[in-house]
Amino acid sequence: MAFENLTSRIQTAMKNLSGKGKVSEGDLDETLREIRLALLEADVNLKIARSFIAQVREKALGAKVLEGLNPSEQIIKIVNDQLTDMMGAQAVPLNKSPKIPTVIMMAGLQGAGKTTTVAKLANKLKNDNHARPLLIAADVYRPAAIEQLQTLGRQLSIPVFDQGTDVDPRQIVKDGLKQADQEKNDYVFIDTAGRLQIDELLMQELKDIEKIAKPDEILLTVDAMTGQNATETAQGFNDALGITGVVLTKLDGDTRGGAALSIREVTGKPIKFVGEGEKVTDLDVFYPDRMASRILGMGDILSLIEKT
Amino acid sequence: TKTRSSFAEKFQLLMANFRAVDENFFDELEETLIAADVGFEIALKISDELQDEVRLKNATSKKEVQETIIEKLVDVYDQAGNGEDNSMHMAAAGNPSVFLFVGVNGVGKTTTIGKMAQLYRQQSKKVLLAAADTFRAGATEQLVEWAKRDQVDVVTGKEKSDPAAVVFDAVKRAVDQHYDILFVDTAGRLQNNENLMRELEKMKKTITRQLPEAPQEVLLVLDATTGQNALQQARLFKDSTDVTGLVLTKLDGTAKGGIVLAIRQELHLPVKWVGLGEKVTDLAPFDADQFVYGLFKDLI
Ligand SMILES: Nc1nc2c(ncn2[C@@H]2O[C@H](COP(=O)(O)OP(=O)(O)OP(=O)(O)O)[C@@H](O)[C@H]2O)c(=O)[nH]1
Ligand SMILES: Nc1nc2c(ncn2[C@@H]2O[C@H](COP(=O)(O)OP(=O)(O)OP(=O)(O)O)[C@@H](O)[C@H]2O)c(=O)[nH]1
Ligand SMILES: [Mg+2]
Ligand SMILES: [Mg+2]
Repeated sequence: MAFENLTSRIQTAMKNLSGKGKVSEGDLDETLREIRLALLEADVNLKIARSFIAQVREKALGAKVLEGLNPSEQIIKIVNDQLTDMMGAQAVPLNKSPKIPTVIMMAGLQGAGKTTTVAKLANKLKNDNHARPLLIAADVYRPAAIEQLQTLGRQLSIPVFDQGTDVDPRQIVKDGLKQADQEKNDYVFIDTAGRLQIDELLMQELKDIEKIAKPDEILLTVDAMTGQNATETAQGFNDALGITGVVLTKLDGDTRGGAALSIREVTGKPIKFVGEGEKVTDLDVFYPDRMASRILGMGDILSLIEKT
Repeated sequence: TKTRSSFAEKFQLLMANFRAVDENFFDELEETLIAADVGFEIALKISDELQDEVRLKNATSKKEVQETIIEKLVDVYDQAGNGEDNSMHMAAAGNPSVFLFVGVNGVGKTTTIGKMAQLYRQQSKKVLLAAADTFRAGATEQLVEWAKRDQVDVVTGKEKSDPAAVVFDAVKRAVDQHYDILFVDTAGRLQNNENLMRELEKMKKTITRQLPEAPQEVLLVLDATTGQNALQQARLFKDSTDVTGLVLTKLDGTAKGGIVLAIRQELHLPVKWVGLGEKVTDLAPFDADQFVYGLFKDLI
């Protein structure tokens, strides 16, 4: 049950076509089935995979692929273009407030990588833009969440605001923002506790923090290994908060990362950054085309097509 | 313990009350399973086998069809681990039992240890924790906080020090001071990171060198929200550390963790525990009945 890549899939599906000269709609559907399977193996949500295939089918018929010279290559190109398109064509930078500070709030499920991402982004701003960020420790629930952020802050020489675990996160955020004003910090990151999108109490807390902080950026942090449920999570957080962007973490693994497509489709919000390791420097901007090839597992055939 | 027949009865009742088996049924079955992260192949296999059964038995009446389906679901239930030995293995009297926790980043290893240590302490076991994640910021502090809550002892090492040295110290202390159980917390690592996987093997060897029968359990912690990649996690962690069982965490969310069906089918690893929240009490032995019910409940 190894992950067969799409290249070999499509080649198998189209194997019989080469000699035949003309390709039928049935042949096309056979190929599309293989593509659908590849999407599902990559954890693209079933419903999204389905609508994706429908769109590809329409385009393929419209482009008269079946009458062309190289139907399989043309289909692959349509698939790849469509996917890259859906991922958002360009890399989108972090939002910036016209007056300081720019406030960035994190949100996401438990263990997704929020705290690590705060450190990575703050470090990047500090290094690239000489920014003077402040990190607010608003996770009072997870054992040693504050110590985690403090340790990272210490390593990076970036200040961390905390009030221990006995103060309500809303109050911590208020007081943290006050300190940022006094200290003229140009960026503020709010590290929030992980929570389930169905946890009403904790989701209300996030909404309250959002009202207090009026963040310029609300980053939903999602583990790239997430399965079919990515749509529900993304929808839940987006409905509650109106997220402004997504960070996809743990892409240094061997997951195909189909969740990226699901999240993008249900929220319509750009994926801005990807996490590619545990170190603070393991952060990159998001490249839609790379992600598209990764999901389809077809980097090799694309370079083949580009050569011809 | 749960029996096949009580499970079948429960499902029969539910199906009869809520669900007609019409043409849409098999499509929806397949979709429900895929949505639960069971994976395309297994979802298709279950659905196909079901349709074959119905045809083979010439089941025509609604009741017959339904009975056939229930039978098949019970098969799935058995495949999920009904009636299997998913108990925790303990050392012979006089020696400490060692439980090693492994898994990718952020799945819930440390939290599960925090919960489980409390469980065993309440059974009057003398429990020791080893904070062998010396790498992640705040990891040692996190385990130390759990130890405090659980009122158990913990062995720690310096930040960024060799985790195998912490393991060595902890095993030595567990033996010398007659602890019943040693829980070893390790840093999260992705299964394709060969260096870190080797580091894990080294930790395991450190245990075995001091206690030839240990570790009694190597538990791979899996996050229920993980999709198809969990299978690859299970393969590679099993290869490197001879995993003895799974812990499926975060089942309190909306994800079903269906990938463990595929893992069981290929690797025959039993799920021993499930995580149902962040509180110390949110840990339960795996219950195949509830798990399978969770997989199918949207179908009914
Ligand atoms: N390999 C890898 N690990 C990552 C990445 N981002 C975060 N992690 C790890 O994932 C685990 C969880 O990261 P955290 O930053 O603590 O996640 P969180 O969302 O703050 O977790 P909670 O606060 O408990 O909800 C840690 O072990 C991190 O080192 C990444 O891009 N790659
Ligand atoms: N909802 C829910 N959250 C959980 C569960 N188990 C763990 N968590 C949360 O998931 C996050 C990560 O848990 P950890 O125990 O730190 O995970 P870990 O595997 O030790 O992480 P690393 O050491 O960074 O690899 C924390 O916020 C936990 O509170 C669970 O069963 N349900
Ligand atoms: Mg955190
Ligand atoms: Mg841990």
